[in-house]
Amino acid sequence: MDATFKPRDTRQVEDAVKWAAGEERPLEVVGQGSKRKLGRPVQAAHVLDLSDLTGIETYEPAELVLTVKAGTPVAEVEKLVADNGQELSFEPMDYGPLLGGDPGRGTIGGVLAANLSGPRRIKSGAARDHVLGMEAVSGRGEIFNSGGKVVKNVTGYDLPRALCGAFGTLAVATTVTLKVNPKPETAATFVLGGLNEADAIDALCRAMGSSAEVSGAAHLPQDVDGEAGKTLLRLEGFEASVDYRFRTLEKLLADFGTPVRLAQPETETLWRSIRDVLPFAQAETPVWRLSVAPASGPRLVELVKEKVDATAFYDWSGGLVWLSCNDGAIHHTEIRAALEEAGGGHATLVRADPSVRSTVPVFQPQAAPLAALTRRLKEQFDPKGILNAGRMVAGV
Amino acid sequence: MTAIAMPAPDRDVIARRREILSALQAIVPGEGVIHDEREMRAYETDALTAYRQLPLIVVLPETVEQVSRVLRYCHDNDVKVVPRGAGTSLSGGALPLEDGVLLSMMKFNRVLDIDFANRAVVVQPGVTNLGITRAVEQEGFYYAPDPSSQIACSIGGNIAENSGGVHCLKYGLTTNNVLGLEMVLITGEVIRLGGKHLDSEGYDFLALMTGSEGLLGVVTEVTVRILQKPETARALLIGFPASEAGGRCVAEIIAAGIIPGGMEMMDRPAIHAAEDFVHAGYPLDVEALLIVELDGPEGEVDYLIGRVEEIARANEASHVRISQSEEERMTFWAGRKAAFPAVGRISPDYLCMDGTIPRRELPKVLARMRELGEKHGLRVANVFHAGDGNLHPLILYDANKPGELEAAEAFGADILRLCVEVGGVLTGEHGVGIEKRDLMPAMFSEDDLKQQQRVKCAFDEKHLLNPGKVFPLLHRCAELGKMHVHKGQLPFPDIPRF
Repeated sequence: MDATFKPRDTRQVEDAVKWAAGEERPLEVVGQGSKRKLGRPVQAAHVLDLSDLTGIETYEPAELVLTVKAGTPVAEVEKLVADNGQELSFEPMDYGPLLGGDPGRGTIGGVLAANLSGPRRIKSGAARDHVLGMEAVSGRGEIFNSGGKVVKNVTGYDLPRALCGAFGTLAVATTVTLKVNPKPETAATFVLGGLNEADAIDALCRAMGSSAEVSGAAHLPQDVDGEAGKTLLRLEGFEASVDYRFRTLEKLLADFGTPVRLAQPETETLWRSIRDVLPFAQAETPVWRLSVAPASGPRLVELVKEKVDATAFYDWSGGLVWLSCNDGAIHHTEIRAALEEAGGGHATLVRADPSVRSTVPVFQPQAAPLAALTRRLKEQFDPKGILNAGRMVAGV
Repeated sequence: MTAIAMPAPDRDVIARRREILSALQAIVPGEGVIHDEREMRAYETDALTAYRQLPLIVVLPETVEQVSRVLRYCHDNDVKVVPRGAGTSLSGGALPLEDGVLLSMMKFNRVLDIDFANRAVVVQPGVTNLGITRAVEQEGFYYAPDPSSQIACSIGGNIAENSGGVHCLKYGLTTNNVLGLEMVLITGEVIRLGGKHLDSEGYDFLALMTGSEGLLGVVTEVTVRILQKPETARALLIGFPASEAGGRCVAEIIAAGIIPGGMEMMDRPAIHAAEDFVHAGYPLDVEALLIVELDGPEGEVDYLIGRVEEIARANEASHVRISQSEEERMTFWAGRKAAFPAVGRISPDYLCMDGTIPRRELPKVLARMRELGEKHGLRVANVFHAGDGNLHPLILYDANKPGELEAAEAFGADILRLCVEVGGVLTGEHGVGIEKRDLMPAMFSEDDLKQQQRVKCAFDEKHLLNPGKVFPLLHRCAELGKMHVHKGQLPFPDIPRF
């Protein structure tokens, strides 16, 4: 019996998972399927489709707290909070364009499952930093609640946060509570031109180490930018504050050149393009997402380019490198060796054919004790291995 | 005398004390193993001083290798282990066990790496919270989470408790500021998580470890994010004739898009106790006093001070003062920071509670708290992290009066149940420990607690690390692991299918 289950409430999710656990029938857990090409392909006869599990449960702007059903579209959540002068300050990226899909899709549950973030990660954190509470159904088919609906809480293990980034392999989130923040009054971008990669990252790191409260620090080298290369710093907040901090950066980075200032509309377009990796969206080449210590970014790229014909750009002050392999090959051995030599971090194969994603480790391989702990945690939540089996690692 | 019982000690382990002692001495030489009763007294309690227990033996390892071997020995020989940092837990998280080894991490006291370019610092877990800031402040940096015990508490303990502080609404809790950990499992296995880079994919064990109260592993190295100190900070001192007006003012500040660096409220008894003690110049004819601190670039702070003042005046504030100097700002804080010892002057003993509520419920909760005080025959003073709804009711009692500690504990439990009832939680930053352990069912169902304990089973199947803390009922992992499946049933006739 092949079937797609499309539950409308938590109880129906529980029923479906309980049945699947009893029958030992694996389920592929999806929202709108916007990130289905991310991670390892899941082999499952049945789909648990949460896109009908929608709705805002409570939203209290003055408390900075929002509770929604997990299948609620991100776009709907972002519009609701924007209408109240607030935002999801972790700025979740939209994988649609990069993975060959439409933009603007995806559910809030999917955002948490993939622990998405954006350029503001360096100041405000990722999805996991904004989740406060969760109702979920474990692979045992049991409903459990964890966390709370207030912004400060240390009661019990922090399961809501720990379930972020688990790609639905531990439990199926049904309701999530998030912390929201005021939306900045305005934004501007401080742009330096013509810097080489090492100088650019030096400038970004110096700005990040200042009191200018930078909320985006990216570098687009010449081969990505199309011009001489751009080094970008985003400032957000009250108008008076943004102006003041722009002048602070001018003084701080005077030795790197004279900046250009982009106003709010251009700033929004530019940072959305960096957030969603639009420079690589048109091609179909393999794309890697590399997370390293910020100052090591240029060295990592240099090491990769010694072996691989690649194009790369930097976010997170150099700590996030988006890298495209121009010859169409995956080069995982060379890239992971370069990462190791550059001081270690995390290399994720983001865009590749399904056959490649099922053979090459998509996520950074773990040391044996950590891999064993990962398996033990999976067994505690999902002993029959029915939830998104193999999405992250074979057998998990 | 007190209400909270610890698990019955294992007499067999106590009988093997001599053998365990010599095994530990073989791993940690010299003065690193303490077994003399008089010397062990220093470890018999933490900051929840109503509870005391001598441990079986105290061990102070100096290397990761020693930690690993001690834990492996205890694991192989079924000996319980209570990890301890600086011993400043307010919830009894480091209370020893009669049949357990107390593992003090305070010899791990070195700063290992300061990396300004990457804004990261690597330290050993016994380094104090303030010690991290001290190590980087010459370059203008600091470590943001600032629990009130920051001069004494260790960063390892901060990880265990997910410590917060006055500035956490704007700068986050420990969990938002930790980049990496090295830790040792009870089996002796050493695990590294994260590093100077962000968001390692894979399960978020950093999130699980932070706030796990010493039940999952022993932290041996910590990497934290540091920040440049804000350019300036100024504060407003605002008095209100009623707590409702104060609550409304807080809500409107946030609604205006302002997230202050700190926002603290005190009620009348706390204001009077603090003013009598430090003479901070607090108005005494108000029901609620609010301290709002704005930090950041000068251009921003000056602008926001004006905005907050407008909001305060629109909300019936009877007193508004704005700090004109660093000295005046510190005076505003002096009373708030001395609130606990100030209350200590007007009462022989006090219990500090730690629930969090949705802020809109503040007037109702304060009113109910007064009623509960009458019921229990005890007074209460409130200090309150107003920005995030974290209450610290201080229950005044006299331990020398028979029955008063029990009454104070019962009053505290009633307050925490009230917090949960209005949509809040049992603890905002002090942890569950032993103190709130038996109240966990007020907030979580049996299934909720079972799933949390299954996490414990993935790390520590024998329940040897810090047992008796956090969870009211210990289930054996074999029992928790059983699945009650209903094979062949299709109990979902109404789920839409395709």
